[in-house]
Amino acid sequence: MPAVQETIERVRTLDVDQYKYGFETELEVDKAPKGLNEDIVRLISAKKGEPEWMTEWRLDAYRRWVTLREPTWARVNYPPIDYQDLHYYAAPKKNAAPKSLDEVDPEILRTYEKLGIPLREQEILAGVEPSRRVAVDAVFDSVSVVTTFKEELRRAGVIFCPISEAIREYPELVKKYLGTVVPVSDNYFATLNSAVFTDGSFVYVPEGVRCPMELSTYFRINERNTGQFERTLIIADKGSYVSYLEGCTAPARDENQLHAAVVELIALDDAEIKYSTVQNWYPGDIEGKGGVYNFVTKRGDCRGRNSKISWTQVETGSAITWKYPSCILRGDNSQGEFYSIAISNGYQQVDSGTKMIHLGRNTTSRIISKGIAAGRSENTYRGLVSAHRRASGTRNFTNCDSLLIGDRCGAHTVPYIESKNASAIFEHEATTSKISDDQMFYCLQRGLDEEEAIALIVNGFVKDVLQQLPMEFAVEAQKLISISLEGSVG
Amino acid sequence: MTTNPATESAERPAAQNFPADTRLAQHFDDFRSRLPDGDGSVVRRLEAMEDIQRVGVPNRRVEEWKYTDLRAFLHEAAAPASRPDAATVDAARKSAHVLADVPAARIDFVNGYLADAATLPEGVSVVPLSKALAEAHPALASLDQVEVANGNALIDLNTAFVDDGIIVQVAAGHEIGEVLHLRFINHGNTPFATATRVLVLVEKDAALTIAETHEGHVAAQPNSLVAFVLGDSARVEHVRVNAEGAGAIALSTLTALLGGEADFRSFNLVAGSAVSRHQLFIACQGENARVTIGGVTMIRGEDHADTTLVLDHAVPGGESRELFKTIVDGDATGVFQGKIIVRQDAQKTDGRMMSAALLVSPGATMYNKPELEIWADDVQCAHGATCGELDEDLLFYLSARGLPPAEAEALLLQAFIGEAIELVEHESMREALNALAVKRLENRS
Repeated sequence: MPAVQETIERVRTLDVDQYKYGFETELEVDKAPKGLNEDIVRLISAKKGEPEWMTEWRLDAYRRWVTLREPTWARVNYPPIDYQDLHYYAAPKKNAAPKSLDEVDPEILRTYEKLGIPLREQEILAGVEPSRRVAVDAVFDSVSVVTTFKEELRRAGVIFCPISEAIREYPELVKKYLGTVVPVSDNYFATLNSAVFTDGSFVYVPEGVRCPMELSTYFRINERNTGQFERTLIIADKGSYVSYLEGCTAPARDENQLHAAVVELIALDDAEIKYSTVQNWYPGDIEGKGGVYNFVTKRGDCRGRNSKISWTQVETGSAITWKYPSCILRGDNSQGEFYSIAISNGYQQVDSGTKMIHLGRNTTSRIISKGIAAGRSENTYRGLVSAHRRASGTRNFTNCDSLLIGDRCGAHTVPYIESKNASAIFEHEATTSKISDDQMFYCLQRGLDEEEAIALIVNGFVKDVLQQLPMEFAVEAQKLISISLEGSVG
Repeated sequence: MTTNPATESAERPAAQNFPADTRLAQHFDDFRSRLPDGDGSVVRRLEAMEDIQRVGVPNRRVEEWKYTDLRAFLHEAAAPASRPDAATVDAARKSAHVLADVPAARIDFVNGYLADAATLPEGVSVVPLSKALAEAHPALASLDQVEVANGNALIDLNTAFVDDGIIVQVAAGHEIGEVLHLRFINHGNTPFATATRVLVLVEKDAALTIAETHEGHVAAQPNSLVAFVLGDSARVEHVRVNAEGAGAIALSTLTALLGGEADFRSFNLVAGSAVSRHQLFIACQGENARVTIGGVTMIRGEDHADTTLVLDHAVPGGESRELFKTIVDGDATGVFQGKIIVRQDAQKTDGRMMSAALLVSPGATMYNKPELEIWADDVQCAHGATCGELDEDLLFYLSARGLPPAEAEALLLQAFIGEAIELVEHESMREALNALAVKRLENRS
């Protein structure tokens, strides 16, 4: 089967020892002392110039976190993390509130240049056609370095800024939505994040506005012994649309680094949010030493009628991934989507999937997950689809396939399908031969053979989503696009 | 395997004094006092009970019991049954009707105690469990070899309380034409618990068709364990019917250890009991073994029915097919948890598992959890799970042909479960199962 061979070769080229972003940037940094206590939480809050209510919010989260236990249900193994041995705040010294790009430390600019992230608006304009412009929020360790195209976005009414700035400038919006999708005490890592989050992006798209460009945040962990705790909050008001992208890399280091982010999406009536991730944190070396622990809580709330939230993720990095981007389908007729390609190699461990919680009537969701495990890695899909009692007329289609390359890796599927409504129709399949019979019949009738037909149907819309990623992610995503799904196992 | 070693014990809450825990402990103390001395060493009753008591009767926080809260269901755990008198045995046997028309050699258990055994076909021998325990029969250890069943709470409970059962042995090369029918009949007025254990050893090149039926009107709480050991190229067809009384809490476990080229088929029909949990732990230890598992669950009212399956492919060339159909009516809850494990050496494994559920009333609930755990790269494994209501187009089509709605519905439901019943190869048993299912459907409204 040549298709399988091609896939194997593609995955080899993504092997862990070929990590390109492992360099380090030498910078003077302002760091909080190691450890975590109420004083550190207050210090972070003060560094960010936060109002009193926010400090209290954080302290409340911290007090809850102390009472929680680290979850252990995921199929991942790692030595206990010493949460007191981390710096919870690290910021480049020369970056005290830069007014323009010229004031940003040139070392940082060079870092982003090396990573291929354009931060100068004119350069972006010169290089790419206008329709492909992307506004970037660059987060370096604990602070946002720069946010581009702010002015142009503001003219459209779109707010795109670091969350620390939003807390100061738009406290009413933040107060109204922060923690409403992922409650403070949601889980161990989310609670930790609520206490110590440092930066991240805030997006508000007002009623009826189609965001004029793609928004993106680029996260970079640079400092040693730091954890990165970013927080992203995206609100799409009635009838609006926004597409948001996130990318991440970290230096290659021997010790493990902790990344515990929280992302909250809120879509009101008729709004649509598309959230894409190319996750490429340092995966550790070929022996499994080092790498980022990526313990992330991402959740979208389709709060309004006819709203839509779509998650797309390409997961290639991190030593351990613990991540379940989910959709709460609260509004009637709302839609949730989850497209995922997770590739693990070396000693990487991936436990990822999604939750589609159908609460509203006529809500639909679709889950397409492709896991590819190579080397000595472990790749688990874990997902929940549930229909509550009043969620009549709901539909879900789930397809998760995985492919093993080599006999020292593992691929696992753990779906939970819970239906409390008779009119909910849930279909879960893990074979490539069980795509909708109608579609298959149609393709076969047009003269395609079975393999071509399957490739066309399944690849069709995965590709569709991937191709909408903007330029800077395209290079990486392109490598993954052509990965074939042939020869998949469950 | 890779469960976080620190987690297992950390996640399971320490035993607390929930009614299920205290009642079972009390029952165990009473039960032990009437056992003959020295038998604890063979089945390790004390150890098993200690295991239960250490972590408590499993509840929803324990992953394997996420959808079936055993601690809540055993809130009023009944005391073990006492050995029935002759009149009870007689009355019970007269009332038995499940698979009664299937010609068979019958072995009866009344209230969990061996009552009577028919004349056995040539090649089949039966040893009562009491004798086997006294002699420390070597076959008793076979259960421990099914690794995936280790530490299971139902098996521990069975081990602690087991009081009767048999060992069935089919000598090498014997193909038994007659069905061996084990009838478990519960008879009485007040609830009681039973714990039975049956070991079925089918030696090399032998073949056996065995039926296992559970029936009665009393709200019994049976915990049955049937363990199969198939030698190389042995063949077994097993049909099980749960037709317990409406108030029963039916707990059951099936284990199977398969030799090379062995062929094991098992089918379970759930058409009774308020609560049921049927567990299957199947280990393919010889190459190229074939496994076919089918199940039909028909529940209604406030019933709760759980089917939990773990299929362990340890060696190359195994083939497994699982098909489960569930019809959930009323406010009932159906649960299917299935897991296929393909170990590193089990190359060329071909596994397919399907669970389909129809929810035919607004209050129905279905939980599906089909899992794959795969460590070998040259395998074909797939699972599917669906749940939904009856297809309106199909109903319309049948109505347009003049069928009244109730009949149209019944026809579609029959067709739905018929696919799984078809897996039963023994003709008269297949027909009897169909008849039982149809009868159950007729009583729907």
